[in-house]
Amino acid sequence: MASTPSLAASINPATLPDDVPRAELSAIDASTKWPVMLFLLSSLAWLLLGTVFALISSVKMHTPEFLGNYEWLTFGRARSAHLNAVIYGWSTNAAFAVAFWLMARLSRACLRHAGVLIAAACLWNLGVTIGIVGILAGDSTSIEWLEMPPYATPLLFVAYALVGAWAIITFRFRKAEHVYVSQWYLLAALFWFPWLYSIAQIMLIFEPARGTVQALVNWWFAHNVLGLWFTPIGLAAVYYFIPKVLGKPIHSYYLSALGFWSLAIFYNWAGVHHLIGGPVPAWVISAGIAASLMMVIPVVVTAVNHHLTMVGSFGALRYSPTLRFVVFGAVNYTLVSLTGSAMAIRSVNEITHFTHFTVGHAHQGMYAFFTMVMFGAIYYILPRLLLKEWPSAALIRTHFWCVAIGVTLYWVDLEIGGWIQGLQMNNPDLPFIEVVRNTIPYLFVRSAAGLLMTVGHLAFTVNVLWMLGARRPAGATAPTLFRPPPALQAAPVR
Amino acid sequence: MNKGPLIFLGVFLTLAFSWVGVVLTNQIQYGSLTPYYDQAEGKTFPDKPTGLASRGRLVYQDLGCLYCHSQQVRRPGFGADTERGWGARQSVARDYIYEPRVFLGTMRTGPDLRNIGARQLSSDWHYLHLYDPQLTSPGSIMPPFRFLYEYRRVVGERSPLAVKLPADYAKQHGLDRPGYELVPGPRAEALVAYLMSLKDTYEFPEARPYLPPKKGGGAK
Repeated sequence: MASTPSLAASINPATLPDDVPRAELSAIDASTKWPVMLFLLSSLAWLLLGTVFALISSVKMHTPEFLGNYEWLTFGRARSAHLNAVIYGWSTNAAFAVAFWLMARLSRACLRHAGVLIAAACLWNLGVTIGIVGILAGDSTSIEWLEMPPYATPLLFVAYALVGAWAIITFRFRKAEHVYVSQWYLLAALFWFPWLYSIAQIMLIFEPARGTVQALVNWWFAHNVLGLWFTPIGLAAVYYFIPKVLGKPIHSYYLSALGFWSLAIFYNWAGVHHLIGGPVPAWVISAGIAASLMMVIPVVVTAVNHHLTMVGSFGALRYSPTLRFVVFGAVNYTLVSLTGSAMAIRSVNEITHFTHFTVGHAHQGMYAFFTMVMFGAIYYILPRLLLKEWPSAALIRTHFWCVAIGVTLYWVDLEIGGWIQGLQMNNPDLPFIEVVRNTIPYLFVRSAAGLLMTVGHLAFTVNVLWMLGARRPAGATAPTLFRPPPALQAAPVR
Repeated sequence: MNKGPLIFLGVFLTLAFSWVGVVLTNQIQYGSLTPYYDQAEGKTFPDKPTGLASRGRLVYQDLGCLYCHSQQVRRPGFGADTERGWGARQSVARDYIYEPRVFLGTMRTGPDLRNIGARQLSSDWHYLHLYDPQLTSPGSIMPPFRFLYEYRRVVGERSPLAVKLPADYAKQHGLDRPGYELVPGPRAEALVAYLMSLKDTYEFPEARPYLPPKKGGGAK
């Protein structure tokens, strides 16, 4: 639209329903600009750093002499640095950015006092930096998903509390009458995480529980970080972007509600499946297995809901980068969750537990699902914050194909290798060292897959930096798509 | 679902449910488990860790050993833990009560270490293995921990802990200078003491394998 409305537009009220909400949305987007940009750019920096640690750890796994003389890069530390950089650095920063942008938009409320969030972002990233330096320096706690030393974690907690409180305040100022499904997930996730995090810190580090109760607290926390923090944020984004890009409503409100509440009830208990066969009470393991299997309900319900929204519009995947990334993530959410339920069955777990299968599975969840959805969201959000379009469709294409092929190769490879490893480990006639040797080809393929993903990350980074440096165009622009859709080709240029 | 407080209440209750179930109930059920008094032996088990082993536990923690080595033996018939010689019996919760931090682990890139102290009795082996795993386990993908050792001039007598490298290995790696020795640093010493302390070589009533009752039999 031109900056000054034409006479016809000023006297014809029919132009209002489109223009007024657009102006309002634009004001809301603008209010979120600085905190969301800060979260997004820090997430990108952590993604790159996390990738470096990932490659180092991956190469060390098949070639242990690689950088073997550096204590701070020994496998146990480099691998924990990778995990913490991608979980608390990349994924959580990206989740904060997407959650805030979505919450403000869906509540139709401008973000108030964005400075508080900027302070929270600085605190959070300071905490993650101190934590990762601490891990590399030898202060790791060696508690999975909670490796950061106790001098870093209070910073993270304070930062998180600010973020959570600010999201709820934004929600309270909502003007929209309807609370959309994405908002349920966002509110729940923002409330759940500080609870999980503070209990885990207290019961494991500051006032540790006795014996293997620690293991239960550990896996109650670690699995719920996936299930009650990243999954809800990822699903909130899927629920927003699929209908938004397609311009049609989500298929069923009732399926959304069923999916949400069944996830809230069952995911909680599922973490105990990491301890099957371990020295904890059998009843709690059985409860964990039951909950893991019940997860089939929310997963199938959500998958059906998304699929029926997509039906008839699959052609749009050829054009929209956001849609392609988000749908790739949504499909993987279904696959990874069903695999996860299967892995909790005792007879399957007997094979997959303690093997690379779990590592492949974890990357399918955190990357093929969550990270891909975040990429898709960023492709949508960044142009609306910077008021510029993505400079290169070719780079987006490179990004998509490198990471999509890379992560698929990654998890398929490790799940096959891990399954074989599990079968061989359960065969006591085969010496253990043989089992180890037989995994090495799969570990090499994993490094190759990691390299491919790295190329994708570099393409993404170049595109973001190019966009930041580009001059803002005058007048209206059209989104950068993989190829011009037929409808737009025919439409007159506005 | 347009009511914020209702959503909040549901969200609160669902997490409270699992928190009470998974965390609190177990804390109440066995969070203050006591040691077991063995009348035949006249002492309680498990053993308390010694000072050096406790320091070694911290080295194990800071190097991240648990990302490749579990410390739990599963019951016979579930996996091949006992058949592989990783323990004579399954691990039970009581085994871990004196451990300030429990390293159950979730990965077996390397073998389980719950009973490594009962399996590998030679500290010389451990020192060689940690210095360069290829010396003791060719083809292993375990990283070398050379940075825990010191190659130094012999002052006075040779250290009793000096690593007994094979002659050709020492020559190949330039570790055969006369008057020099390769000794484990204090952290390597503590780590090996910790590894050698890892053994559950005692019995608990609850650790006996469950045997299904024979058909037609009376008592179990």
